[in-house]
Amino acid sequence: MDAIIEIAIAKYNYWMYISLMMIGLYAIIAKNNFVKKIIGMNILQTAIILFYISISAKRGATIPIIRHAEGHGHEAVNAMEYMNPLPHVLMLTAIVVAVATLGVALALTVRLYARFETLEEDEINDQIREAQ
Amino acid sequence: MSNYPAFLIIAPLFAACLTATAGWIRRSLSFPLAVSGLTVSFLSSLGIAARVLASGKFQYSMGGWAPPLGIVLELDYLNTPFLVVVSGAALVSLIATRQFVEKEQEAKAPAFYALMVLAVTGMLGMVATGDAFNLYVLLEISSITGYALVASGDRLAPLASLRYLLLGTIGASFYLLGVGLLYMLTGTLNMADLSRLLPPLYGSNAVLAAFLLILCGIWLKAALFPLHAWLPGAYSHSSHASACLLAPLMTKVMIYVMLRVMLSVFTPAYIFDHLSLEGFVVTLASVAVAAGSVMALAQRNLRRMAVYIVIAEVGYMVGGAWLGNQTGITGAVLHALNDVLMTLCLFLAIAAVAGRTETLDFKDLNGLFGKMPFTMGALVLGAMSIIGVPPACGFFSKWFLLQGAIEAGRFDFMAALLFSSLINVVLFFRVFEYALYSDGHMHKQEEHGQTGIQEAPLSLVISLWVAVAGILAVGFCSGPIVRMFIQPALL
Repeated sequence: MDAIIEIAIAKYNYWMYISLMMIGLYAIIAKNNFVKKIIGMNILQTAIILFYISISAKRGATIPIIRHAEGHGHEAVNAMEYMNPLPHVLMLTAIVVAVATLGVALALTVRLYARFETLEEDEINDQIREAQ
Repeated sequence: MSNYPAFLIIAPLFAACLTATAGWIRRSLSFPLAVSGLTVSFLSSLGIAARVLASGKFQYSMGGWAPPLGIVLELDYLNTPFLVVVSGAALVSLIATRQFVEKEQEAKAPAFYALMVLAVTGMLGMVATGDAFNLYVLLEISSITGYALVASGDRLAPLASLRYLLLGTIGASFYLLGVGLLYMLTGTLNMADLSRLLPPLYGSNAVLAAFLLILCGIWLKAALFPLHAWLPGAYSHSSHASACLLAPLMTKVMIYVMLRVMLSVFTPAYIFDHLSLEGFVVTLASVAVAAGSVMALAQRNLRRMAVYIVIAEVGYMVGGAWLGNQTGITGAVLHALNDVLMTLCLFLAIAAVAGRTETLDFKDLNGLFGKMPFTMGALVLGAMSIIGVPPACGFFSKWFLLQGAIEAGRFDFMAALLFSSLINVVLFFRVFEYALYSDGHMHKQEEHGQTGIQEAPLSLVISLWVAVAGILAVGFCSGPIVRMFIQPALL
């Protein structure tokens, strides 16, 4: 039991991102409304951003900028003492991708609403079936 | 010139920006710009191929930063044939589909060309890159433009595109998560560096999780059978221009990515000795081949039939890659190259027919051989290649796949391949039967004054026959391609 609690506490960042990811996947798969699906998609992407950012963190580490780091720049010289900046940089790109995907998705939703006057997936499917 | 790899990607990237902006000044400027961007890519890929043949594989460090810190393009025996085929096919389909874009998009045509060129930029980048995270970014470039391209089509296209977007994002996110795990384990994103650092960690569950996440992400994007749900809608409701560009290229580029991950990031030793997944994956691929073929048989519309053939073909390549012997992987690589050309030919022919008949239901194809002899002739040759009749290229790759299946003792996969080939015969000869004979139905149409069907426009017919020439050329050169590119790549 203690071992399980220890794993749960020591690796809480993984539990957080896995839970967020599952919430996102659930929303994409199970929700009927396309806007809710898109929100789920965004939660999924954010979960992965959280994962990347959390792996760059270190206990007691400072920011990787010499001039603005703690200890007037002396601590940000050794790799031991500052956070890994690479995952942050990667996630800047991933955020841009997420924003672009969201933009395209919302534009498609507008088109969809203009054609079907609803965003509920089952109602759209009914309309398609009736049209055939 | 040593900068071919940079031109390969930068030329279409800039061309896409210029295409969109030039469209604001004058619409007629944008098409030549788009074509010139892709032409530069195609010529660069030929230059790269010549250099790889002459002096072996090489790296191109972007901005002069040496790997593993800098971003590199890896040009080797595996990806140069893909670069040539992808850029060539993209160029052909861009030129061929011009009239569809001009007619359907009108004022938005420049933006549409920009999207097409940008999608190709992403694909070429994916094929050339040697960096796992870069691959994700380029994958998203081609996917997001792909969603936009798919969305311009008939009434159901936005719905199909939104479904594609949701599933595609899940796939890309899985890939990104897998790359994140690999980065945690090794501290690098460079593929060559990953394959150097990973072997001591092969026992780790985290490596297994990363591999499976990456693989699932790629399969979702490649539309392997149980994960194919987005593909039929996306490629059958989109406009013909987007289908002609995306259907031949997107799934095949993802198959290339799978091969790259299997061969260059992980090693065959890991996949086939440490994991015992190949039995399951080959079974899955056999099911995909059979299911794709059966679903194609159920369609009464030429375009929907073609879409399910694409799904069956994905099963061919995944199965070949996972047979675990050199013959199978050779077959998978060769089939991916061939399938670009075959699918291009098929979709261009479908677009040409649709441009004249408006509908693609089988019953409306009556008497097309008489009216569009060149288009239908090209369709026959494309169909022969998909069925696997020599000397068309489809025969040779299928031969390698069958041999690989026999070597590996996977008779279920062999049976699925033969079954699918037989179904393809039925599929296409049913179409030819409708198109060869005109019956009473035809006369009714004539009375309604719909006799004006004639041969497709010249640019489309020429592009179509360029694709056919590609099919025959690759078929005749299968031996040299395997000897000069694929076998050195697998050493």
